[in-house]
Amino acid sequence: MLKATNLSKAYSVGSLGREKFYAVDNVNFEIQEREIVSLIGESGSGKTTIGKLILRLTKPTSGKIVFNDLDITMLKSLKEYYKHVQGIFQDPFSSYNPIFKVDRVFDMVREEFYPSESVNSWKEKVTGVIESIGLNPKEVLGKFPHQLSGGQLQRLLIARALLMETKFLVADEIISMLDASTRIDILNILVKLKERGLSVLFITHDLSLGYYISDKTVILYRGSIMEYGDTEKIFNNSAHPYTKMLLNSIPSLHQKWSNTDASLSGRSAPVGYCKFYDRCPLGDERCKNIELRKVEENHFAACKNV
Amino acid sequence: MLEVEGLKLYYKTLKGHVKAVDDVSFDVNDGELLGLAGESGCGKSTLGNGLILLKPPMNYFGGMVQLDHTQLPIDDFERMNDFRFSKLSIIPQYAMDALNPTRKIGVYIREVLQSRGIDPESIMDKLLERLKFVNLPERVLKMYPIELSGGMKQRMVMVMSTLLNPSLLIADEVTSALDVSSQKAVCLMIKGFKDAGIVKSLIFITHDISVLYQIADRIMIMYAGKVAEIGKTQQIASNPVHPYTKMLMFSLPEVGIRYAHGILSGIPGQPPQLLNPPTGCLFKERCPLRGKECDEEPPVVNVEEGHIAYCWKVTQNA
Repeated sequence: MLKATNLSKAYSVGSLGREKFYAVDNVNFEIQEREIVSLIGESGSGKTTIGKLILRLTKPTSGKIVFNDLDITMLKSLKEYYKHVQGIFQDPFSSYNPIFKVDRVFDMVREEFYPSESVNSWKEKVTGVIESIGLNPKEVLGKFPHQLSGGQLQRLLIARALLMETKFLVADEIISMLDASTRIDILNILVKLKERGLSVLFITHDLSLGYYISDKTVILYRGSIMEYGDTEKIFNNSAHPYTKMLLNSIPSLHQKWSNTDASLSGRSAPVGYCKFYDRCPLGDERCKNIELRKVEENHFAACKNV
Repeated sequence: MLEVEGLKLYYKTLKGHVKAVDDVSFDVNDGELLGLAGESGCGKSTLGNGLILLKPPMNYFGGMVQLDHTQLPIDDFERMNDFRFSKLSIIPQYAMDALNPTRKIGVYIREVLQSRGIDPESIMDKLLERLKFVNLPERVLKMYPIELSGGMKQRMVMVMSTLLNPSLLIADEVTSALDVSSQKAVCLMIKGFKDAGIVKSLIFITHDISVLYQIADRIMIMYAGKVAEIGKTQQIASNPVHPYTKMLMFSLPEVGIRYAHGILSGIPGQPPQLLNPPTGCLFKERCPLRGKECDEEPPVVNVEEGHIAYCWKVTQNA
């Protein structure tokens, strides 16, 4: 359904922008219909940039993204594309204009995308969508953003994204600002929507959230994919040292950390080497030009030991 | 050792007082790491900040704080200067942004020390030793903050916060921006400050109970500005008694739990407004066990040794 090929995004850094910093470096992945793919990485790993590239909020430096046979990389008119692909972001509070009622985000969708729709039938549609994600329209419509909780605002943004013929949703850290006691409900909504036919790119830094909801997992480190495949296989039979280190470091409520060292991120790996080279216990001169290799069916890892 | 008794910290607003920390009592023993957990808005950061830097709009409304049997004048901004950094210190939530961008780090540390009336030369050896302790090279002192990564800046602030060997160190959400492997390293490093005897006791504030399970000796759970439950780490993890703690722990996904195998559920509803909060137990609106008595202030129940909960529905030795 959505396929990224050799996708890269470079930013100019240094004095006069002479150096290039690759936020996303030659990334390939594919997302099928009715699939939740979680994109897991630490801050600065490029996961948000990938989300932005898919939403075309920024253009790639090289490579391309194809959505249902449509190359969107250099697409001029994005309106039609946005009817099918929508995004939700981390901070639900800043997605609203505080001086308008929350209804306005729904009205703006109608004005922008469906101007021929009558106000009344649109209202019915909005009410239906809001009910479908477990909110009571009477409690939320007509309110100002500050009168609603973060969880309610975030759910309304999901509702807004669903008002169109949305087939693909980019969900970028959508629950990290919500309370622990309410965030799980948002995840459950995403899975229900998937069962109704939606595909989701679920961007997160929290492995347990990814494990809970996703079918496939992409492990990202400094802009490159370290491991990619079926979620169960990645978590239960991980092949890359970085994934293993992450899994070893997850704080669990009933098991203490083992004594293995957790290394802190260093500065950077030499050019051409695996991005994880400087932190990897197995790093040596063979860690050069490593591409994703097949571990088993639907499971790939970029490591010399595979 | 820190003793806090009936502490009340309210924010003054035009509409009235927001009771961010309301009648909170607890203690932290020497050599102990107390984990402080709760959701956003439960008052955990207000409590941490209030102990060290109490300034408007936050106001002191009562209670007593004793550090090593000396009363802390936390409501007196000037007099607290005698205690800040030397007796108690904090690693703030946004430690990465706490350094002066226009000064080299070494120069900045020198200025900070001079402003405290301390001769920088007398402490240089200790500084270098501490840099080694957190895995930073000596040359960072000649660098500007912009040349360091976020994690390095955070460790630099850790060094500065603990340079005078304070008795109490407060770490406020220090790991929330890190990936799990860095989180583990930083958590163990902070615990190391206590184990190496650099600080005597630690308060580790986080929203993540599973992190506390790894490093804390005791855990305190807060809800809506009040203490819900305090107990030893093992007691909280294996025998939580307050309905809020129980529900919170059942709403956390862990690796090993998948949607397909069993759906977790959150706690319905949301925390109450702390501006004119309702009377009685503040969790009652969301609590499945709510009874008539919950409209009254909940009693403190001694569940077992070292384990207390503020709840009507909890019985002793539950």
